[in-house]
Formats: sequence, structure tokens, C-alpha cells
Amino acid sequence: MEYISSIGRYTLKFLAVLGSAVIFSLSAIAGIFFAPFYLREIKNNLIEVGFFSLPVVGMTAIFTGAVLVLQSYVGFSRFSAEGSIPTVVVLSITRELGPVLAGLMVAGRVGAAMAAEIATMKVTEQIDALSTLAVNPIKYLVTPRVIACVITLPCLVLIADIIGIMGGYIVATEKLGFNKAIYLKNTIHYLEFMDVFSGLVKAAVFGLIIALAGCYNGYNAGKGAEGVGAATTNAVVTASVFILILNYLTTEIFFSK
Amino acid sequence: MIKKTAVKKVENKGTSIKAKILSKFVNKNTIVEGRDLSKPKILVEGLSKSFGKKVILDNLNLEVAQNESLVVFGGSGSGKSVLIKTIIGLLKADAGIIKLDGELISDLSNTARSHLMSRFGFLFQGGALFDSLRVWENVAFALLHGKKMSIVDAKDVALSKLRSVGLSEEVLYLFPSELSGGMQKRVALARAIATNPEVIFFDEPTTGLDPIMANVINDLIVKAREEIGATTITITHDIHSARVIANRVAMLYQGKIIWVGDVKDMDKSGNPIFEQFINGKITGPIKVDV
Repeated sequence: MEYISSIGRYTLKFLAVLGSAVIFSLSAIAGIFFAPFYLREIKNNLIEVGFFSLPVVGMTAIFTGAVLVLQSYVGFSRFSAEGSIPTVVVLSITRELGPVLAGLMVAGRVGAAMAAEIATMKVTEQIDALSTLAVNPIKYLVTPRVIACVITLPCLVLIADIIGIMGGYIVATEKLGFNKAIYLKNTIHYLEFMDVFSGLVKAAVFGLIIALAGCYNGYNAGKGAEGVGAATTNAVVTASVFILILNYLTTEIFFSK
Repeated sequence: MIKKTAVKKVENKGTSIKAKILSKFVNKNTIVEGRDLSKPKILVEGLSKSFGKKVILDNLNLEVAQNESLVVFGGSGSGKSVLIKTIIGLLKADAGIIKLDGELISDLSNTARSHLMSRFGFLFQGGALFDSLRVWENVAFALLHGKKMSIVDAKDVALSKLRSVGLSEEVLYLFPSELSGGMQKRVALARAIATNPEVIFFDEPTTGLDPIMANVINDLIVKAREEIGATTITITHDIHSARVIANRVAMLYQGKIIWVGDVKDMDKSGNPIFEQFINGKITGPIKVDV
């Protein structure tokens, strides 16, 4: 009997969290379409999420491209298919590795920062203060972050694609002795618009998830330093898991026949 | 139909006679020490609030007159903060009604509540200044975002409010983290009065300050209230502070207001709980877990 009641208790708790997360997300998204618009907050978040994530995303991309060439060279050389390496690298990066790795890196950097900042604001009553100053906290804090992440993630992924392909190109041509012109020709020749576009759409979805997971966990943080720590961890874990799940689902939508 | 009309007429007659008697009675005593006692600015009736099984406010009733300074006492964890946060609408009441100038405010939509907030000011216990904004932006926040004032005008108002709480223009461009605790409290006070609100709530305004700074804050609260003409509700357990800033005091105990009276009657309340509290006695009806 105790076992059954605990299942019921957890189910109700889960549904309550799900409901509050959905209402929170819809409120934040609705804020995009209705005034007032906090342009300064949007600008600050665009710089914070986009510009300051460039180094970490760029570093991840260049080494991922480089390793991808090394690993595929080992496999492809076994059946003399080295010529396919540029195509494999460009498709892997634009369709999967670019958006997923950039998403995970930004979730770690930006999602955690958002959760920590908003959780601290909650603990120190700054969110209540916003309400008493006649400002909607979700509109002021969450909506600008959602807009910034949805806009900047595709830009970051596009840059990650270029840097990742360049990383592969450098290793292939400088270390493995590939012909530069042929490598570039094979890279571009088999690349289709949809390969890049699907990656950018994924990035926008991941941006939405990162912002919502970070802000929701921060906004609903428990009390004290422990609450802030838990909110940060939950934000990164939730965003990462959802990025991987939604990556599969969007791939299924784009490329299933 | 005839019966109903007759009853209504009798009722109306009764009400008007009652109103006449009341108005005669009230008009004689309506203004006491600047407070208009004839119409409550804030009226709280049957307010209840629980967190899980823990009852914080239990069918609580409270009245605050126009231009009155009410101080609510209560021990730690007695629900003082919950009371003012429920009145202002930061927390939703489980039951009961709250009226401002006779209008029901306990059941408003989010948009209506947001508009209503511009009539309130709130000084938080820890200041709750926005870390990422400079001092002047903190003070002018409601003017910039709520009242849509221009930056130049908002900065001027911020400076005049900062001066009124004893701070100079040197702090305008500092961040809250660069200020001392007392200065942060004064900036928070300047922010709370920036829009000249009708009602100001003070959540333990002197907690954590040295006695001199606590007195500075007490004086600033009195001065700010007199200048703006606002009604104020302060929650505290600082007896000295209450003697300085209050017209009337109330004691919150086990979710109810158990004693209300003029500040000058504090020492002769005749209420054993209130007496134990203000004298800080360990023994008495309030049980202390040591």
C-alpha cells in the first residue's frame, strides 16, 4: 500500500513540475510578442551568450574537426576510401557535431550562469523586488535570455561549423598529406543546403531549451547556497539531456523518409 | 414583490440612520495625529495562509488608517514577512480579503496587480538591490520601466531621493556591492520612495545595523513618510525602532493579531504575550525552545 501511494505521490509531484515548467515557458515565450520590450537586457544577453561563448565553442569545434579527421582516416584507409573523409567530416560537423557540441558547451557555460544568477536573485529577494517595482520578472529576466539564446546559438553553430571544418582541413592537409584543393573540393561538392540548415534549426531549438532550463531552475531554486548549487546542476543536466533527446527528434523530422 | 420593496426601504432607512450616527461620531474623532481614522487605507479580513500543514496566518484581521504608521511585532518565524508579502500580493492568500481604499485587491489578475504595484513601495530586509545595476539605476528603476520617464529626468529624481536619504552624488555610479550595509539600506529606502508611493512596507528595516545606523534609518523612515504623506506598515522586532517610527503597534502571534494599540500604550497593554515580547522575558506564555 505504501509502495502504491509513493508512486502516486511522485506522479503528482512530476505532473506539478511539468505543469509549472510549461506555464513558465509559455509566459516567457509570450513575452516576446507583447510590450514592454527590454531592449537593453536583450542586448546584454546577446553579448553574454553570443560573443563570450565564442572562445569555448571555437576551441571545441577546431579540436573536434581535427580528431574526426584522424579517427576517420584510421578507419577509411583500411579499405582505401580516404577520399571520402572530407565529405564525412563536413556532414558530421554541420548535421550533428556542430549543433550538439556547441549546444552542450553553451548549456554548461551559459545555462549554468543563468541558473546561478537568477537563483541568487531569488534568494536575495531581487525577484520579489522586481514585482514590487511593477515589472514582470519573467518578462524582464527570462524573455530577453530566451531571445538571446535562440538568436545566438545558430550564429555560434555556423561559426563552429566553419572552424570545425577548418580544424579537419589543417590536420588532413598538414599532417596526413591530403591535397588542399581536392580536400576543399570534396568538402563543398557533397554538401547540401539542408545539411547546414538542419543544424541551424537544431541550434535554435537547443538555444530555447538552454535558456528555459537555466531560467526555470534558477527561478524555482530552493533557499540558501544549497538551493543555488542545486539549481545550477539541474539546469545543466536538464538542458544536456533535452539537447540529446531533441537532437534525435529533429534529425528524425528532417531526414526520415 | 411589495414585501421585498418594503423590506428594502426599511433596510435603506436603517442604513442611512446608522450612517448618520456613525458620521457624527467619526467626524469628531476622525483625524488623530495626522491619521484619518474614518476610512482604512488597508483593510485585511479573515486572512489565512499555510505552507503545507504549517499554518502561518490564521483568519487574521487588520486595519491600517490613512497616513498611519503601523508597526507589526512578532517573533522570528511568526509570519510577519508572510503577512506583508501577502498584503502586497507577492504571496497568494489561501482565504480572506484585502482592500486598498475600499477596493478589493486580493483577487486581481497579474496585469492589474502590476499596475497596482506602482502605488506601493517596499523596503526589503536585505535591501534586494539589483547587483548588475548602478545605484542610480536601482533607485530610478520603477521610474524608467514603470513610469517610462526619460533617463535624464529619472537620474535627477534618483539624485534628489538619494540626497533625501543622506547620500551624495558620489554614489550614483557605484554598484551595490561597493556600498556598506547601511548605505545599501539607504539606497533601498530611496528606491522604495522614488515613485512617492501611497503605501510603503518596511521589512525589518534596522536588522543587522549598528545602533547609530539603525537610528539614522528610523529617522529617514519618519522623514520620508512625512514628506510623501504615505501610509506605512513596518514589521520588526526592534522595540526601540517601533517607538520612533510607529503611531500604532500590533502583535502577531500564532497567526493572529493578538493586540493592537497606540504606541504610547505599549507599556500598559495588559496583554501577557505582548508584555513578555517587548520586555524580552524568557518565561511567560511564549514558550522558548532553548
